[in-house]
Amino acid sequence: MKLILSLFLAALLGACASPQLRGTGDLGLIIERASGQVTLVDTSARQPYARIAGLGDLSHASAVYSRDGRYAYVFGRDGGLTKVDMLEARIVKRVIQAGNAIGGSISQDGRLVVAQNYTPGGIKAFDAETLELLSEVPAEYAPGQFSKVVGLADSPGNKFAYALFEAGEIWVSDFSDPRKPTTQRYPAGNQPYDGLVTPDGRYFLAGLFGEDGVALLDLWQPEKGSRKILENYGRGEEKLPVFKMPHLRGWTVAQGKIYLPAVGRHEVLIVDVNTWREVGRIPVRGQPVFVMARPDGRQVWVNFAFPDNAKMDVIDTLAGKVAHTFEPGKGILHMEFTPRGEHIWLSARDDNKVLIYDTASFAKLGEIAADSPSGIFFTTRAARIGF
Amino acid sequence: MKLLLANRFLPLLLLAATAAWAGEPEAARQKELVHLVRQDCGSCHGMTLRGGLGPALLPETLRDKPAEGLVATIYYGRPGTPMPPWKQFLSEAEATWIVEKLMSEFPQ
Repeated sequence: MKLILSLFLAALLGACASPQLRGTGDLGLIIERASGQVTLVDTSARQPYARIAGLGDLSHASAVYSRDGRYAYVFGRDGGLTKVDMLEARIVKRVIQAGNAIGGSISQDGRLVVAQNYTPGGIKAFDAETLELLSEVPAEYAPGQFSKVVGLADSPGNKFAYALFEAGEIWVSDFSDPRKPTTQRYPAGNQPYDGLVTPDGRYFLAGLFGEDGVALLDLWQPEKGSRKILENYGRGEEKLPVFKMPHLRGWTVAQGKIYLPAVGRHEVLIVDVNTWREVGRIPVRGQPVFVMARPDGRQVWVNFAFPDNAKMDVIDTLAGKVAHTFEPGKGILHMEFTPRGEHIWLSARDDNKVLIYDTASFAKLGEIAADSPSGIFFTTRAARIGF
Repeated sequence: MKLLLANRFLPLLLLAATAAWAGEPEAARQKELVHLVRQDCGSCHGMTLRGGLGPALLPETLRDKPAEGLVATIYYGRPGTPMPPWKQFLSEAEATWIVEKLMSEFPQ
C-alpha cells in the first residue's frame, strides 16, 4: 500500500511538475509607490522573486497579512484594496472601497480586513476571504461633519481603535458582530495624526499634532476614559517645521519603554509603559518619522522627514543614546526588520533601491532594485497585535 | 565705463531676470521642483495630488482660490494646520511657478 501511494505521489508530482512546497514566514513585499507595483521578496535569499503590477495609486500604501501569511492585503491611496497571493504571486481580488484611503488592519481572528479612509471619512470592514463589504462606521463626529481617520489598529476581541484627525477623538469599534459594529468615543486632543496599539493589545495611543502630548486609552478599562501623557513636552518652545508626518505603530515599544517621535523637535521621547511618564529624550538629526525597535528591543532605528531623509540614526537602548549614524541613500522612506532582527531592509526612494544591512555590524549586505520604493512589509506582521 | 554701464543697467537686468525667473525656472530646477511637489508635498497631498491629510491640489480644487494666497501658503506655511513653510527650499518665484503649474496641469 505504501509503495502504491508513493508511486502515485511520484507520478502526480512528475505529471504536473508541481511547484516546490514552501512556507511564507520569510516572505514580504515592497511597495513601489510611483508605478502601482509590488515586488515580492524572500528575506532568507535576500532576493526578489516576483513583481505584480496593477495595484493603482500606491503613494502612502500599506499592507497587512492573513494569519497564515499567505495573503497580503494592500491598501492604496486611491481607496484600492488588493488581496495578493504571496505564493502564487498574483492578485486574487481587488476592490475600490473609498475615494482616498490611508491604510488598514486585520482582525484578531483574521476574518475581517478593515480599511481606514480619509474620503469618505470612516472605516469599512471586509470579509478577508472574499473582500465583500460587511459594514462601515462613518466618522461622522457631528451632524454632517466627517473626519479623516488615522492610526487604525487591531486589538483583541475583534476590536479596532483609531483616531479622528478633525474631531480630535479616539473611537473604538467592536466587530464581534461583523455586520453590526458598535462604537465608543473618547476625547483625544488637537489633531491626532497617527496611533498605535501596544504589542500586548492593551493600550491605544494617539499622537497629537496640534498640541504637545499623546492621548492614551486603556483598552482593558475603557470606562476609565482617555487621558493625556507627555503634556507640554515642547515646553512652550516654538516648533520646528514638520515636512512629513511622523508614523506610529507597536514597533515603537522596546524593553518596557515607548520611543516616540517628538513633533516639531529633533528628538525621540522615551516613556515608561508602567508609569506613562517621560523618562528621557534623545536628540537625533532631524524630525523623526519612523522610530522602530528591533524585535529584541536593543536598538531603535530612526529615519527622518525631508530634508533630512538621507540620514538614519540608530539608538542603543541600553546606552540610552544614538550609537550609530549613517547616510545609506536618498529618500529613506521606510524600514523593516527581518523576523528576529538580524537584518534591516531600508527603502531608498530616490535611489530606486532597497538596501539590506546587518544590524549588529551595520555592514551593507546587498540591495534590490525597486521603482520608488516606499513601504516594506514582511509576513511576520501576520502574528503581531496592532499591525 | 564698464562699471558705469553695469550700474545703470543693473536694475533693468534684475527686472528682466526676475521676470524670466518668475515665468520659468531652468529646466533642471523645474525637474527638482516637480520631484519635490510629487514626492515630498505628496506625502500629505498625495503623489497624484488628489489629497491626503492635506487637501487635493488639482486644478478644479484650486480654481476658485487666489494664486497669491496659494503662493503665500507654500512660502510661509499655514499656522494652525500641518502645512509648514517651504521658504528655505525655494524662492517666491519658484512657489509662483508651482502654483501656476498646479492650477493648469502639473508635470509628471
